[in-house]
Amino acid sequence: MATMSAQKNKIHPHKFSLWIAMGSITMMFIGFTSAYVVKRSQANWQSFELPSIFWISTAVILASSLTIHLAVRQFKQRNMSRYKQLITLTAILGVLFTVCQILGFADMMKHNLPLDGPVSASFIYVIVGVHILHVLGGVVTLMVMFVRAYRTRIRTYSSVPVEVAATYWHFVDLLWIYLLVFLSLAR
Amino acid sequence: MSNEATLHGQHEVIHHGDDHHGNGHDHDHHHEQSFISKYVFSMDHKMIAKQFLITGIIWAIIGALFSVLFRLQLGYPDATFPWLESILGHWAEGGRITPQAYYALVTMHGTILVFFVLTAGLSGTFSNFLIPLQVGARDMASPFMNMLSYWFFFMASMVMMASFFVQTGPASGGWTAYPPLSALGDASIGSKIGMDLWLVSMALFVVSQLLGGLNYISTILNLRTKGMSMTKMPLTIWSFFFTAVLGVLSFPVLLSGFILLLFDRHGGTSFYLSELFVKGKVLPNEGGSAILYQHLFWFLGHPEVYIIILPAMGMVSEVLAINSRKPIFGYLAMVGSMFAIAILAFLVWAHHMFVTGLNPFLGAFFVLLTLLIAVPSAIKVFNWITTIWKGNIRFTPGSLFSIGFVSTFISGGLTGIWLGNSSIDIHLHDTYFVIAHFHIVMGVSAFFGMFAAIYHWFPKMYGRYLNQTIGFIHFWITMAGAYLIFWPMHYEGMAGMPRRYFDYSGWESFKMFTELNQFISFVVIIVFATQLLFVFNFFYSIFKGRKVTTTNPWQATTLEWTTPINPGHGNWPGEIPEVHRWPYDYSKDGKDFIPQTVPVSADESAH
Ligand code: HEM
Ligand SMILES: [Cu+2]
Repeated sequence: MATMSAQKNKIHPHKFSLWIAMGSITMMFIGFTSAYVVKRSQANWQSFELPSIFWISTAVILASSLTIHLAVRQFKQRNMSRYKQLITLTAILGVLFTVCQILGFADMMKHNLPLDGPVSASFIYVIVGVHILHVLGGVVTLMVMFVRAYRTRIRTYSSVPVEVAATYWHFVDLLWIYLLVFLSLAR
Repeated sequence: MSNEATLHGQHEVIHHGDDHHGNGHDHDHHHEQSFISKYVFSMDHKMIAKQFLITGIIWAIIGALFSVLFRLQLGYPDATFPWLESILGHWAEGGRITPQAYYALVTMHGTILVFFVLTAGLSGTFSNFLIPLQVGARDMASPFMNMLSYWFFFMASMVMMASFFVQTGPASGGWTAYPPLSALGDASIGSKIGMDLWLVSMALFVVSQLLGGLNYISTILNLRTKGMSMTKMPLTIWSFFFTAVLGVLSFPVLLSGFILLLFDRHGGTSFYLSELFVKGKVLPNEGGSAILYQHLFWFLGHPEVYIIILPAMGMVSEVLAINSRKPIFGYLAMVGSMFAIAILAFLVWAHHMFVTGLNPFLGAFFVLLTLLIAVPSAIKVFNWITTIWKGNIRFTPGSLFSIGFVSTFISGGLTGIWLGNSSIDIHLHDTYFVIAHFHIVMGVSAFFGMFAAIYHWFPKMYGRYLNQTIGFIHFWITMAGAYLIFWPMHYEGMAGMPRRYFDYSGWESFKMFTELNQFISFVVIIVFATQLLFVFNFFYSIFKGRKVTTTNPWQATTLEWTTPINPGHGNWPGEIPEVHRWPYDYSKDGKDFIPQTVPVSADESAH
């Protein structure tokens, strides 16, 4: 924004708020994973292999991080049609990711690991499920951005909202990587 | 982003000209606002603050009324009150509260007071009201999110309120909602739909706190006016800052604990449930750990008590300095001790769990860290006392409540040191000693901080004063009443009287407390009536109070008193003032006070 000139080196408050929100979300997952660690150290912990489709979903979400990164670039160069394509693609990848995770749930159920089965499985459903909600939140944001890009009455030139959305998207991506590494190591 | 842009909606339309700090524009244009956008869906931080305050007051009346009802049972276990049946129906059959109703009342009293009154009503009100005014901002970083924060609180309130009217009644397993009781609908009727509504309400409340906290942090760090460096901020702002950080980091963990609890209730999982018999049936759950919930709960629960007390500490510091016409003693020590408290708050949660079978070796660490909190707490107490020491004290209701705060914080903090020793806690845990400890150190102190702040900033909120005489009556009865109610509870606790029991008259060992319990309940009724007097004063003065005629009625130095008597949205009609000095220049160089906006002159001594 032009009015930023006096505070150029200062981070935009919306971006700043996002960082705090990400810290907050991280704390929630730290809550879950510490509960997991505590439970795991107790008797009757049953370990099993994670569904292999989780690796495909990982590839999908990594790809979506790439597409949103490119989208921000296109936006800054005012390449609006490419920008719109890229955020649509990102949103689709987000939905695809969700589908993969749910297929993973189905796989677990086939292997006799339902939600109300061993607590190690229950944890996967809850943790992965809450993460999916965060991804879907990102998809909704992207849809809002998409509609906004068509607005003619108020034209926005600021890249802040796009950057905020992209940062959040990278964050849920990283969060998934953390969860995947955590869940595969601490089985 | 400039302050200006925060006001002008969410779309970042391009702005021409570089009016740094948004000072260039004329901010006097009052767009005609509809009733709805001015009073209901307001994005003005001052209006949102009032919404938090008034909602908080309504909750406080309900929560306190509940305590009067259960104190009737505790003080007069054999008496019947036919009027109770007419208001509570079958919950008070024959004019005597049923055990189930008693537990519901106790649970709701705790939930309402801790979360809805002393968290939302206290820090929600004053963080909103004071942060932009004292750091010199037109509004919060995101006024829209700020509005959402209130409405999430409102929804949480509505859901909780609805739970009072369901057939099986509201949650009744204590404000801490420990499983297995809270996880099993068959274990108690209060664990049926009432518990679900409690969890939904609390989840909404957490969202409200996060939205608010984000905004407070972001505003304090990004929207300070020119010259307002961090060390020139009033202690109020520092306290709101640490409060928000604590909230943003600890509420999500509570939420994760609640999510697991919801799955145990409805998903058939066994996070918290292990081999259990309920109503003669064996439950299918295996291997869960109820202690796990306690860890998750108290990881929030302990920071939560500081979320409640820190804003009160900050505001008391401010009110004490102004009313003793002296600079705050040890400004940096005050900030440092708040910082230390904020860090330690995350490291002591297990002191609520000394008797859960916690490894005694681990317990020793938590004892050490817990006792360490006494150090920054003591520093603050010394600094408050030295601040008023030999001061030219003005005894307003605000300053009296602040002094009362210091007194109750000392009394309650000392008993904390007893409880913090795990071996003493084995005897005292879950007795009235704990009730006495936390009501004095948190309940009463935080209320005193809140009252001090309301008396002090009411003129800024409504352009009128609260009635002083009623204020003095309010203070003295509340002060004496608080000690009369809670002091005797220490003795009951030391004699082993457990908390949360419905009727003590069946125990030979507690028969000696029959009259004492009656006495406590009697004082409760008087103190409750006095609070209603305050509520009357509050609403009466909004419309009929004595009008404020000068912009700076307390001769204070901070920025909120440089705004017009009734500031509009945007706070300052012209430019936002620049800040040149710290906020505690009282009785300096022969001057009674020097506002923060006055430049430091060449011949002036540095503070
Ligand atoms: C000197 C500092 C303090 C120490 C060492 C301390 C220690 C303790 C300990 C060990 C307990 C657990 C007692 C038990 O359940 O057996 C406790 C309970 C409690 N404390 Fe403190 N405390 C201190 C200050 C505070 C402050 C400043 C607040 C609030 C503003 C507070 C609020 C509470 C509450 C709410 C509980 C009871 C929660 C419940 O079981 O329902 N304490 N305190
Ligand atoms: Cu504690």
